[in-house]
Amino acid sequence: MVIDCKHVWDHISEFLDDDLSPEMRTIVQQHLEHCEVCSAILDSTHNILILTADERVFKLPLGYRRRLHERLAAEIATLNGNDSDNC
Amino acid sequence: MHHVLLTGRLTEISQPLKRAGDEQSVMSEVQHQDAETELIASVLAGNIHLFHELVRPYERTVYAMAVGLLRNEQEAEDVAQETFLKALRNLHTWRAEAKFSTWLITIALNEARARLRRAQAAPFEPIESTPDDPHRVAPELLRDWREVPSEVLERLEVWQLVQDAVTELPLIYREVFLLRDVEELSVNEAAEALSITTASVKVRLHRARIMLQKRLAPQLKRLGPKRKRFPW
Repeated sequence: MVIDCKHVWDHISEFLDDDLSPEMRTIVQQHLEHCEVCSAILDSTHNILILTADERVFKLPLGYRRRLHERLAAEIATLNGNDSDNC
Repeated sequence: MHHVLLTGRLTEISQPLKRAGDEQSVMSEVQHQDAETELIASVLAGNIHLFHELVRPYERTVYAMAVGLLRNEQEAEDVAQETFLKALRNLHTWRAEAKFSTWLITIALNEARARLRRAQAAPFEPIESTPDDPHRVAPELLRDWREVPSEVLERLEVWQLVQDAVTELPLIYREVFLLRDVEELSVNEAAEALSITTASVKVRLHRARIMLQKRLAPQLKRLGPKRKRFPW
């Protein structure tokens, strides 16, 4: 079975997730071996997904961790206080 | 979140995306979850100060989820703090069947959604699930693709381009994309968090990825080194 480029595009996400049936994966793979456009689309999509998962995309604000743990410490102190009140 | 250098042509490798559930990481994941379950039990037994240690691995992922949805650093930090406080107060409701990380991410998702609803910050973006548009999203057509060189990745503008592309996805696609490709939830976990079917998760994820490829591929290509022209 041979499929055209537009059908390959529909399967790019599942191809990347290894979520295609073995038969369909083989068909897509065979198309990719001979189609430089679809091959470039797959490569670029894969590259972009690696970039979007990089920690540098959503950088933590300065002081974020300190402020978070200070707030947690205040809450924990309150909870501990409530516990001792109940003793 | 993983941090990977981009090397090699990918179709030649044709490996699926690495996920937390890949074979080589399963053992360490199980060990991590066992240790985490013990830590949770200890917090619930009264060692509340250990909650700091429990949530340290998730400081970044919870913030990333919040800022990806809200597109505002201050609001995202507020949501991240509220998420951890809510987790502390409701830790007794956590059930070991769910991963602690997924539980936290779901709290962050719901906090961010509630804030979006209250602020009506994006009235053009439906918060509720809508029928998925049947139209196909076409990718950017390229003749070739070369990996993004490491020196380009040192430039801050690259990361801003990527952040803008993600945060400007329509909300229903952004939610799924953040859960699956940034937070690395499984299809089932993402479907449960969003109260949609696994089929919808797959359709929305596919469209989100293609939208990102369409927007980012030409931008990233322009940032790469120019090709040398040979006189023959």
